[in-house]
Amino acid sequence: MTRSDKNPSNGGHAVKVRGLVKHYGGPQGTRALDGVDLDVREGTVLGVLGPNGAGKTTLVRCLSTLITPDSGSAVVAGYDVLRQPRQLRRKIGLTGQYASVDEKLSGFENLYMIGRLLDLSRADAKRRATELLERFSLTEAAKRPAATYSGGMRRRLDLAASMIGQPAVLYLDEPTTGLDPRTRNEVWDEVKRMVGEGVTVLLTTQYMEEAEQLASELTVIDRGKIIAGGGIAELKAKIGGRTLRVRPADPAELRAMAADLDASGLTGLATATVDAENGTVLVPVQSDEQLTAIVAALASRGYALADIATELPSLDEVFLSLTGHKSSAPQDAAPTREEVAA
Amino acid sequence: MTTATTAPLDAPPTLKQGDADDRIGLRAHVRHTGALIRRNLLWIRNNPESMFDALLMPVVFTLLFVYVFGGSIGQALGGGQDAYVQYVIPGMLAMMSMTIAQAVGTGFNEDFQKGIMDRFRSLPIGRASVLIAKISVEILRMLIATTVLMVVAVLVGFEVTSWSGLFAAVGLSALFGFGVMWIFLTLGVVMKSAQSVQAMGFLVMMPLQFGSSIFAPTASMPGWLEAFTQYNPMSGLADAARGLMVGGPIAHGLWVTLAWSIGLTVVMAPIAIRKFTNKA
Repeated sequence: MTRSDKNPSNGGHAVKVRGLVKHYGGPQGTRALDGVDLDVREGTVLGVLGPNGAGKTTLVRCLSTLITPDSGSAVVAGYDVLRQPRQLRRKIGLTGQYASVDEKLSGFENLYMIGRLLDLSRADAKRRATELLERFSLTEAAKRPAATYSGGMRRRLDLAASMIGQPAVLYLDEPTTGLDPRTRNEVWDEVKRMVGEGVTVLLTTQYMEEAEQLASELTVIDRGKIIAGGGIAELKAKIGGRTLRVRPADPAELRAMAADLDASGLTGLATATVDAENGTVLVPVQSDEQLTAIVAALASRGYALADIATELPSLDEVFLSLTGHKSSAPQDAAPTREEVAA
Repeated sequence: MTTATTAPLDAPPTLKQGDADDRIGLRAHVRHTGALIRRNLLWIRNNPESMFDALLMPVVFTLLFVYVFGGSIGQALGGGQDAYVQYVIPGMLAMMSMTIAQAVGTGFNEDFQKGIMDRFRSLPIGRASVLIAKISVEILRMLIATTVLMVVAVLVGFEVTSWSGLFAAVGLSALFGFGVMWIFLTLGVVMKSAQSVQAMGFLVMMPLQFGSSIFAPTASMPGWLEAFTQYNPMSGLADAARGLMVGGPIAHGLWVTLAWSIGLTVVMAPIAIRKFTNKA
């Protein structure tokens, strides 16, 4: 892939968005985007984290020329989204929330068609399609209609379709929403590989875990506004990082273990709490070093452990710590009745 | 000495120059349209049942009308069933063009629902290519339906008096179908589901098809309805096709059909293209 697109005056940013505004249903309608600024450095992944209805998809649609923003500016891969949409389309790849491939065509035919639409010769389109099917482990299913693919296969085909034009910038709009954990891991591995090849990625997601897996920087969006941004580590520190969950082999040791941890000073400013119902002790941890030290301390004190796990904060917890309120939009995971009634 | 100038933080980044006008050339347009036509043809190959309407409708309708109404209407025409065959087959040609044109709307609507349209719209292709490919394949389907119709027609005893007239009639009905397609393309873009496109199409088509000279002469209809049929494009096309294929007056029907075909295209094509381009 050519990296000759580097434009020094662009400050090494593959995506630069300033004051982007998009209304739906007239000026009195919803402000899907309410003055969004963001930058993605070349060759990095920016995660855009937010609940349903926060404006993530609207942002991606604006940046991929599918809709026109009402005001603001955006430059992607050196091209102005508003004034140079045609040139820009050669530089971007798009993988939507719903796999946007033609279900009635086979995997091969889908990729071949997109190759032809991207002005590859017949031979090149064929070669590229074969190459990408191989790479995304779809060779065996190449001749079957995409309608017969599993969710993960379809998402992989969608990713392959986005890669045909060797884009400089790739938009992934909730690439793993609705996938089971194993398939999710497969998609993550593919994304990591693409990033390794130098593609710049703008990733939208509802999952903190996904952002942590893929992104180096994170922007949190709510009701069309950016409410926090920065490096993943920085943001994690702000929102309290992970929670360590330890299960002693003997439930009778729960309280002693919590007290020991508090006394050790390893828990920092936080305290260990006992979750008697689940038979675990919970400790907020900020770093890998702290995590290691806690586990070592427990081992050296002779506790027999049945299970150790760390948990990332959920989207709700992230929002709670950033804004003091729960995310405003309805969640994928069935909204609670209380919220609906309130 | 050079003076270093500090750019303000919010200065717009310099845009790339040189290929500022990256217009799509004619050859690229042809290539894109070809790739999309190929896609639509593969659909048919993978789902042969999608051709049922084009293959079976001409057969079923011709047999029904000829054997159910043929005797009695034929008598009114001063002949028998044979006279009705000569009357109704050109009418069937007119009906085919509209019925097949309607299918373009549902197929197009599905593309929007499935997200593949977003993929097309994010690619560096002329948006018209997507429309042109769809229309080309529908015209092809229309020609296939016409061929089937003519085979059935000959089997039930239809006699063509002018072969050049037959080809002219087929061309005219394709032209009218082209005009009608813009209506259904627009509906396909603006309506929420393929079912509603189909329901809407049904509502528009029924009065136009039956309130016309397709199936029966209009002389016995009430005055207001006869007046309507005079300018109903379905009558125009049926009458013109009749004149061209088996002899009779051509001019009025031809002008009505041409006026409608061109009028629909001039008015609806820009609307369809604009709705298509702006669809959020």
